[in-house]
Amino acid sequence: MEQLDQLVQLAAAEFAAAADGAQLEQAKARYLGKAGALTERLKALGKLEPEARREAGAAINAAKTAIEAALEGRRNALREAALLAQLAAEALDVTLPGRGGVQGGLHPVSRTLERVERLFGSIGFVVADGPEIETDWHNFTALNTPENHPARSMHDTFYLEGHDDVLLRTHTSPVQIRAMQAHVERHRDADAMPDLRIIAPGRVFRVDSDATHSPMFHQVEGLWVGETVSFADLKGVIADFLRRFFETDDLQVRFRPSFFPFTEPSAEIDVAFMSGALEGRWLEIAGCGVVHPNVLRFGGIDPERYTGFAFGMGPDRLTMLRYGVNDLRLFFEGDLRFLGQFR
Amino acid sequence: MQFSEQWLRTFVDPQLDSAGLGHLLTMAGLEVEEAEPAAPAFRGVVVARIVEAEKHPNADKLKLCKVDAGTGELLQIVCGAPNAAAGMKVPCAVVGAVLPGEFEIKKAKLRGVESFGMLCSARELGFSEDHSGLYALPEDAPVGTDIRAYLGLDDTLFTIKLTPNRADCLSLTGVAREVAAITGGEFRALAIEPVSPSIDARRDIVLDAPQACPRYCGRILRGVDARAATPDWMARRLVRSGIRSISALVDITNYVMLELGQPLHAFDNTKLQGAIHVRLPRAGEQVLLLNEQTVTPAADTLLIADEARALALAGIMGGEDSGITLDTTEVFLESAFFAPDAIAGRARGYGFGSDASHRFERGVDPELARGALERATRLVLELCGGEAGPVVEAVATDALPVRAPVRLRPARARRVLGIVLDDDDMLGLLRRVHLQVDRSGDDFLVTPPSWRFDIEIEEDLIEEIARLHGYDNIPAVAPQGSLMMLPSTENGRPVWALRHLLAARGYQEVVNFAFVEEAWERDFCANENPIRLANPIASHLSVMRSSLIPGLVGTLAANRKRQIDRVRVFEVARVFERKADGEPVHGFHQVMNIAALAAGQVVPEQWGERARNVDFYDVKGDLEALFAPRALQFTPLSHPALHPGRAAAVRLDGHMIGVLGELHPVWVQRYELGSAPVVFEVALDAALAARLPAYAEISRMQAVRRDLALVVGNDLPVERVLEVLREAAPEIVREIALFDLYQGRGIDPDKKSLAFKVSMQDTRRTLEDAEVDAAIALLVAHAETVLGARLRGAGA
Repeated sequence: MEQLDQLVQLAAAEFAAAADGAQLEQAKARYLGKAGALTERLKALGKLEPEARREAGAAINAAKTAIEAALEGRRNALREAALLAQLAAEALDVTLPGRGGVQGGLHPVSRTLERVERLFGSIGFVVADGPEIETDWHNFTALNTPENHPARSMHDTFYLEGHDDVLLRTHTSPVQIRAMQAHVERHRDADAMPDLRIIAPGRVFRVDSDATHSPMFHQVEGLWVGETVSFADLKGVIADFLRRFFETDDLQVRFRPSFFPFTEPSAEIDVAFMSGALEGRWLEIAGCGVVHPNVLRFGGIDPERYTGFAFGMGPDRLTMLRYGVNDLRLFFEGDLRFLGQFR
Repeated sequence: MQFSEQWLRTFVDPQLDSAGLGHLLTMAGLEVEEAEPAAPAFRGVVVARIVEAEKHPNADKLKLCKVDAGTGELLQIVCGAPNAAAGMKVPCAVVGAVLPGEFEIKKAKLRGVESFGMLCSARELGFSEDHSGLYALPEDAPVGTDIRAYLGLDDTLFTIKLTPNRADCLSLTGVAREVAAITGGEFRALAIEPVSPSIDARRDIVLDAPQACPRYCGRILRGVDARAATPDWMARRLVRSGIRSISALVDITNYVMLELGQPLHAFDNTKLQGAIHVRLPRAGEQVLLLNEQTVTPAADTLLIADEARALALAGIMGGEDSGITLDTTEVFLESAFFAPDAIAGRARGYGFGSDASHRFERGVDPELARGALERATRLVLELCGGEAGPVVEAVATDALPVRAPVRLRPARARRVLGIVLDDDDMLGLLRRVHLQVDRSGDDFLVTPPSWRFDIEIEEDLIEEIARLHGYDNIPAVAPQGSLMMLPSTENGRPVWALRHLLAARGYQEVVNFAFVEEAWERDFCANENPIRLANPIASHLSVMRSSLIPGLVGTLAANRKRQIDRVRVFEVARVFERKADGEPVHGFHQVMNIAALAAGQVVPEQWGERARNVDFYDVKGDLEALFAPRALQFTPLSHPALHPGRAAAVRLDGHMIGVLGELHPVWVQRYELGSAPVVFEVALDAALAARLPAYAEISRMQAVRRDLALVVGNDLPVERVLEVLREAAPEIVREIALFDLYQGRGIDPDKKSLAFKVSMQDTRRTLEDAEVDAAIALLVAHAETVLGARLRGAGA
């Protein structure tokens, strides 16, 4: 029996010494092959007495199992070593930069407008649009702006050559008129019109160009007309919007009496941040008010039954405040070093 | 409008500091733009008299003064001012005084002589730029008095930005009335005592255009000394209101205008002939104005004339020939009401404005003319002497503005504003601003005072209530509404989706001006007759663009100058063209386009990618991605902006929706772009449309793929080959797609080899080899017949 134990040990040692699969198979043949040491022993069993044969047979089988186990263990170890070697050979420099292009981005004012549309969309405002070459009637007359109003002079308004009744819109407010007329038309046969809630972002034009004025800039018009719309609602919506837009409650909002031909009462909206670089300064951000009855009438709406509020915000200004941009002109110069910062 | 707080407080004196007053004005709609102190902080400066002034023993330009500063002993002070002289009264900073800029006055030795203080110029005290010499105080200035108190320097200069509806606040009286209303303080109106005439001299007044001028008061004053000095208190108030002190008579007219809001005009009475006429101009008439400008008044410009000639533009500016001078002894004072409509816009038409026109076009109190004339008369007599004739007043009563009662429904006011305020409180608020309120059932009938031009409808009163109640006191509420979902269509997508898609493919959005250089329209769009602005801000911003491409080329050029080589930009914006039946504005077609430009390397320079410039097919891929899964078609195109061999019309469902191509080399060179950019521009509405997905049954049968390489002429478009193959394809062919293009060895130089993948499948059964072979044979045969193609490798 001792000889068998030695044999097992010997086999295990030889397997362990095998450096690769081929050597291991050769070593296996020496013990388990046709002329292997263990096979020889099994062949010799026939010469023994039945009693002894059974005993010796069991011992040989146990040794065989042990040798096979050693063989399998070594096989696994070699397989694993080979895999590790392969993986090591395949290793990459993970610090090399990834391949491919780079992202572009939206214009910073577009980022603002997308958020403005989403925020107002969340309380049921739909986006409306209007032409940029606009009629004098839509831009002024229908907005209750009298013939002699200074805004109508060539000084402030771009007119088109050969047309004295066509201009580049000076504000997004004419969209109010178009939206009201379309709304009235859509609900012509209804007893009561549903509320009209629109937001109209767009480009507007004024004869003005310096560090804080661009001859083309952006505005967002808002309008809500319904049977119960009040100035208090306007205050609530605007204050809510500004806090959501700037993502802070650390903000004061002030409504200051003002005058616009198309709203009455009218207000300028100022905000003041309670921290940061602009702390404590009142910054003008929008004009707003209760829609003037003449404007409702021009839009085809009965001012006795319906009231509304409207506002016009400067998204360029909102963008400047949001990202700390200090020169309006940067928005329109197409400088990729500037625009690339808003990805 | 600028004014002095001290002056205002003579009319109303609320228990508020300057900051509090400013805030209140702003919150009442009289926005305070600036509140500047009249003088910077300093202390320890008193009125002093120079008793002796002798030459400094050791310096030519210095004087040695003995000064009485009311301290009980004479101070020895060295002074360098050229005007220092014995007997003069001046401001003196005594030892211990602190001048502006924290400059402390100490005992000093100047050229060996001790000096106990400093005599000051106006600039040293910070209330004027004058540094020509010591600030000379009047003879009667009491020695020892603090100079701040004596000169009223503890004053704030308010500048308020008045909205056009509040002309009634263009005077101290008006602002004071408003302050009294919002603070509840007492308003002390100026008491005006009529001046009884002491002479008979009078000039008749004829209102030839009574609608434009329904009231005109005039008065002759004789024996007036036009050279009299303007008293300091008046000059100071004028200067602090932003008006220069000129001469006593001019100053008085300006002073009364600021005080009461009534513009006045003083004529030299000796230069007038006969009656005053307020009339419209006659053909060819000219007026030489005070600003030395000669104008030919337009037909709707109201004039003041005498019987000989036109004298002045009524309510705008006086004439040079009839105005007062320092030699004037006889004055004709005018105080009139001109209707806003008769004045509005006229001054601007001549390229100027005046304090008078500013007020008249917004509305001056029609009841004010006579009182203001009396006030001015009294001041002239007091300051310049002389005697006054009777007031001649011409009135066209019918043409005076009527202040009709306006009905206010308190319940509606509450509803529109969203406030809780009972009727009595509302009534109280209205009465505070001198509105006369009568009850009529549940309603109020409200009659505005003569000075309010802005109260004609109920909303005007609701605004007054909001303002006086305080905008801050209106609650901010979350509105209540009926909840209805907004439409959300799958047949379209928001423009944001396109923006984000292009951004993800490396493009940066830009915003270019809608007006461009005329040359751009000509070069890039062959547009010889663009829509021109009548009043462009600059010649390079003079026409409306009909394409976004030139703007993007401009962006490229600008960035190339900034040494940025790789540029990928896009813009979503409107383009403009003339079109007779344009909508919604007749004569103009204005639609939104989306355009992009790519130039420079296809990917930023990096390891592992071969450097190459972006080409037509890169950008075509981006454009196709913008429309996927909808397939675009491309056909060759001739376009002024684009390379003739590398330009395509972009079609969707057969309609042309835009262009794609490489910029023409001529423009690459002219605009110094370096390498040629590839651009596309398509109609936004086409790009926004989307398709609702529709399910088609998926076949369980095996699909078969065969490849087909066809050799065709070099100039044959792939699109055409595909079209021909699809025409011939039997039903089992599911898809034919190009997967390789080969030119080179083994292919004639004027040919190309196109490799197509042909996928075949039947929904019900497995295809047999024979069927598949037959289908391929059919395709080849058709391509051979129609296109002259041949199968690659099949013979020579």
